[in-house]
Formats: sequence, structure tokens, C-alpha cells
Amino acid sequence: MKFAVIVFPGSNCDLDMYHAVKDELGEEADYVWHDSTDLSSYDGILLPGGFSYGDYLRCGAIAQSSPVMDEVRKAAEAGKPVLGICNGFQILTEAGILPGVLLRNKNLKFMCRTVSLKVENANTQFTNEYAEGEEIRIPIAHGEGNYYCDDATYEQLKKNNQIVFSYADDFNGSRNNIAGIINERGNVLGMMPHPERAVSDLIGGSDGLSLFKSIVKQWREANVSHA
Amino acid sequence: MKKVKIYVTLRESVLDPQGSAVMGSLHKMGYGDVADVRIGKYLELLISDDTRDIDAYVNEMCHKLLTNTVIEDYRFEIEEAVSQ
Repeated sequence: MKFAVIVFPGSNCDLDMYHAVKDELGEEADYVWHDSTDLSSYDGILLPGGFSYGDYLRCGAIAQSSPVMDEVRKAAEAGKPVLGICNGFQILTEAGILPGVLLRNKNLKFMCRTVSLKVENANTQFTNEYAEGEEIRIPIAHGEGNYYCDDATYEQLKKNNQIVFSYADDFNGSRNNIAGIINERGNVLGMMPHPERAVSDLIGGSDGLSLFKSIVKQWREANVSHA
Repeated sequence: MKKVKIYVTLRESVLDPQGSAVMGSLHKMGYGDVADVRIGKYLELLISDDTRDIDAYVNEMCHKLLTNTVIEDYRFEIEEAVSQ
């Protein structure tokens, strides 16, 4: 499986994302600059964390208008897996590919620690290697991870099982502790925690590895014919 | 040239932790009469006079980039800018 790791000016988790799929899973990966206008040769799109364009205007707002985002939108419409982590999640909401928005943490602090997440929906192409309700430990590092959406959107998310991860504890003010959501079709996931920073026990935990394994597993089942 | 002044405010339904922190500070300083603080943004754009429908032009920019209408409202004023 071949992944594109999209790099914006100010991305800073692109190396971790690359490492997770390339070194830990042995899949193919390329760094793709934000002005690229062709992602057709990639099977999966990864939007890494960081501070694209210095978080100017709003987090993800300027990155959202990059040329590559038209391609990301096309990939999403084609049903390819698209994963946005942290700033990547913010970019996906600003682009309108995922609903809602990430606000400043309720305590106004940048928070960097490892937290417990609950897998709310293990029946997605990003979570099939987890068990429903499983608690996993994943690092967070964000100042603006306070997920907000209006009541109607929240009801939709709940009804369609689009809430994929939630925080075990409320620390940033997110609506119903939402940590990650998926689009209605189920091929675009945005989440604030960093699974790519939890892919090896050597770096303090490997609970995030199953997320990347899930993507690859689903893709193999759909695309690789058994000879 | 036209000068466009855009005022971006958080929607009433959205909590403003920054505003709350500022209000807390004002209260501590003795300004107890302050009942609420909401923090927004102010943008100034200079736009050439050739733009035919400047209202539509500004609205489009506000929707596509300058504001996020999920959480923000905006209004704008248009003035004649004195050329430098």
C-alpha cells in the first residue's frame, strides 16, 4: 500500500507519520508537498500534525486552501482512506470534509501528555484491529483540540456512529469528549491524539500501531487478489 | 481603492474561554460590572475600485477563507480609501 504524507509549511509530525507506515509497517510512503496537484498514484492520504502556516487566521484555515487539498478532496470522494491527525484534523474540518471545528482548549493551555482513549467504533477501516470499547493510551499535543459542533451535527454523528474515539476524561472541553470522528462514508478520519507517536514500545507505547495496521488490512482485503 | 473593514465575532452559542479568562482578570482588577467578554477579530482589506460587486466579493472571501461560519459571524463596512 502506498501512502502520501502531505507536508505543509509548518507541518512537524510528517516524519513520525512516515516512520509509522514505512518503518513500522513496511509499506510505501512519500512526502508530498502542499502544492502538488496529483495524488492519483497513492492508495492512502495522511495529513500530519503541526502548525501549518503558523496557525495564522485559524488552525488549518490557510492550509485548507492549498492546491493539494483539491486532490485530498478527490481522494476522499474516490473512497480512499484519508487520515488527518491533530493539525491534519483541523485542516479537514476547515476544508469542510469533516463536520465541526476545533476550538481553543477550555483551559487555554497547550497540553502535551499521554491520555486514555476509548474506541467508540471498532467497525471502521481505521479501527478494525481494535476491540469495541477498548481503552488505549495515545499521546496528545494540542492547544486547540476542543471539538465543537452544533446540536444537529452532534445528533448526526451519534446516529451514524461517526464518533470513533473519545477521551476517557474531559481535559480540553470537547463536546462529549470527542477525540476523533469519521465522515459518513467511513473513509476519512480526523483525530486530535497522535497514534503515529505510539507505534513502538521503545518510544513509550504501541497502542497507535493498530490504527495503521487497520488501514492496511482493509486495503489489502479490498485490493489484493489472492493468487 | 475601497477599504473594507471586517468584524469577525464568535457565534453566541460558542463558548469563548479566552473571553472568560479576560473577564476573570477584569473582575480581579475591580471591574466587577463587566458581565461578559467576547473576543473577536478585525480585518482590513484594500480592494481596487474595478471590483464590480464588492459585497459579493467580500462575502465570498469571508465564506471561503476569512471566517469559519460554523463558529463565527461577521459583518463589514466599505469606505473610500484615500490613495497614497
